[in-house]
Amino acid sequence: MSASAIVMMLVAMLVIWGGLGLAVVSLIRHGAVEDRAEHRRDL
Amino acid sequence: MVPYLVALLTAGIPFLLLDYAIGHRHRGSAPLSFARLRRGIEGLGWWQVGICAVIAVYYAAVIAWAVRYTFFSLDEAWGEDPEGFFFGEFLQAGDVEITTDVVVGVLVPLLVVWLAVLAIMALGVQRGIGATSVVFIPVLVLAFAALVVQALFLDGAGEGLDALFTPDWSALSSASVWAAAFGQIFFSLSIGFGIMITYASYVGRREDMIGSGLVVGFSNSGFELLAGIGVFAALGFMAQTGGVPVDEVASDGIGLAFIAFPTIISEAPAGALIGVLFFGSLVIAGITSLVSVLEVVISAVRDKLDTGRLTATLVVTVPVAVISLVLFSTTSGIYVLDVVDHFVNQYGILVVALVSMLVVAWVLRSLTDLSGHLNVHGRPRIGAGWRVLVSLVAPVGLALVLGFALKDDLEAAYEGYPDWLLLVFGWGLVVVLPVVGFLVARLPWRAGTHLDGPPPGSDPAAPLHAPAGGPADAGSEGGTR
Repeated sequence: MSASAIVMMLVAMLVIWGGLGLAVVSLIRHGAVEDRAEHRRDL
Repeated sequence: MVPYLVALLTAGIPFLLLDYAIGHRHRGSAPLSFARLRRGIEGLGWWQVGICAVIAVYYAAVIAWAVRYTFFSLDEAWGEDPEGFFFGEFLQAGDVEITTDVVVGVLVPLLVVWLAVLAIMALGVQRGIGATSVVFIPVLVLAFAALVVQALFLDGAGEGLDALFTPDWSALSSASVWAAAFGQIFFSLSIGFGIMITYASYVGRREDMIGSGLVVGFSNSGFELLAGIGVFAALGFMAQTGGVPVDEVASDGIGLAFIAFPTIISEAPAGALIGVLFFGSLVIAGITSLVSVLEVVISAVRDKLDTGRLTATLVVTVPVAVISLVLFSTTSGIYVLDVVDHFVNQYGILVVALVSMLVVAWVLRSLTDLSGHLNVHGRPRIGAGWRVLVSLVAPVGLALVLGFALKDDLEAAYEGYPDWLLLVFGWGLVVVLPVVGFLVARLPWRAGTHLDGPPPGSDPAAPLHAPAGGPADAGSEGGTR
């Protein structure tokens, strides 16, 4: 693989998989305040 | 790659959050959510429902092919000529015409697919879709990761990856490249045609929808990146064995899955195993997609008619399945499928997404309300930046995609198909869908359906187990059932 392709691959992995990691961490920290037993819209 | 990343961050995720906000705030299927936003735009929701019904009709056929190919993989039944095998022996496609000659090899798996889907849908979102996903998505990711690793060891994989990742800076000034990137993001995130509105309507009112949206957006692209690496490594291998450049072996979805992949499977060591894994994964992934488009239709029918899940499932699934079996189990199935797929994607999904986005942002001016709703429990908070992306950047991206598609289709008949086929299953279909949508919207809702604004009991800021604010609140969480 050429150097520019490797750089671009790393950038894409960093943005997408890194973004996924950040989003998961953020969701775990702030999300899920829901009382699971609360009445929901009927499935 | 650069346009793809830009499209994901500027249009894909912001638009996903818009869909989430509409469904989560109004707690209804696509038509009910739009009706609650403003009564006159209920038709947008039914337009989306119509698109989902059409997609379900032909999507099942592709899954049925994948079912057959899972078994074909065992002995690499396609032999030396996967293309001839696919169109000839398997689909028995002849001249471009509508025939009633049934292909048993397609009819039987298609019937099996519909029976399986009927069972999943009757069980409901939680047990049906939830259970399917919890079991099969991890299996899918593992199987796919194994395939990708396998592909990376093929000769020529490096050249394939070069073709995927080498930045082509000159292409950044090409509008059609940007159009392709925006199109890819919109289709793969399935935003703008009801799926995400419907799903969000089921999520508890105090959940962090922004965080979920980010996770969904990034994990979708995360999987696509993995898939892209695998596919391009394989293409590099094919290019090397065939002695041609990588960009000449690449083809689009159907050709890639049913012609290019069988070619690789025949060449690769342990090809039968890879084939079963690949096509098996395709079947499972396809069924989860099929279930999500059908759920849009079923939940809309339930909201409008006040029927139980089982009744709505039968009312929706049986006619859709019958049409699907009639159109796609014959020797002319492939042509109809190709035309419907192209037109419903380009002029169904993209147009309804663009129109609904513009209406919500510029006619109703609801973006501030919607971002306020998401911000109650959502982190990171969204604000003016999101509103700019949703009201300007994403619509411009969509309009660009549409403009290029329209130019191509007006200049030359799609794939050289005869005019009557394109008029009936292409242009005709995409014009009928919004018309039918706005006609259905004129039918009355069942008595007692809350229509103006979000339903009582849906305020995300209200404390848990709050005393009911009034008689209307009693037992009306969700307000639709």
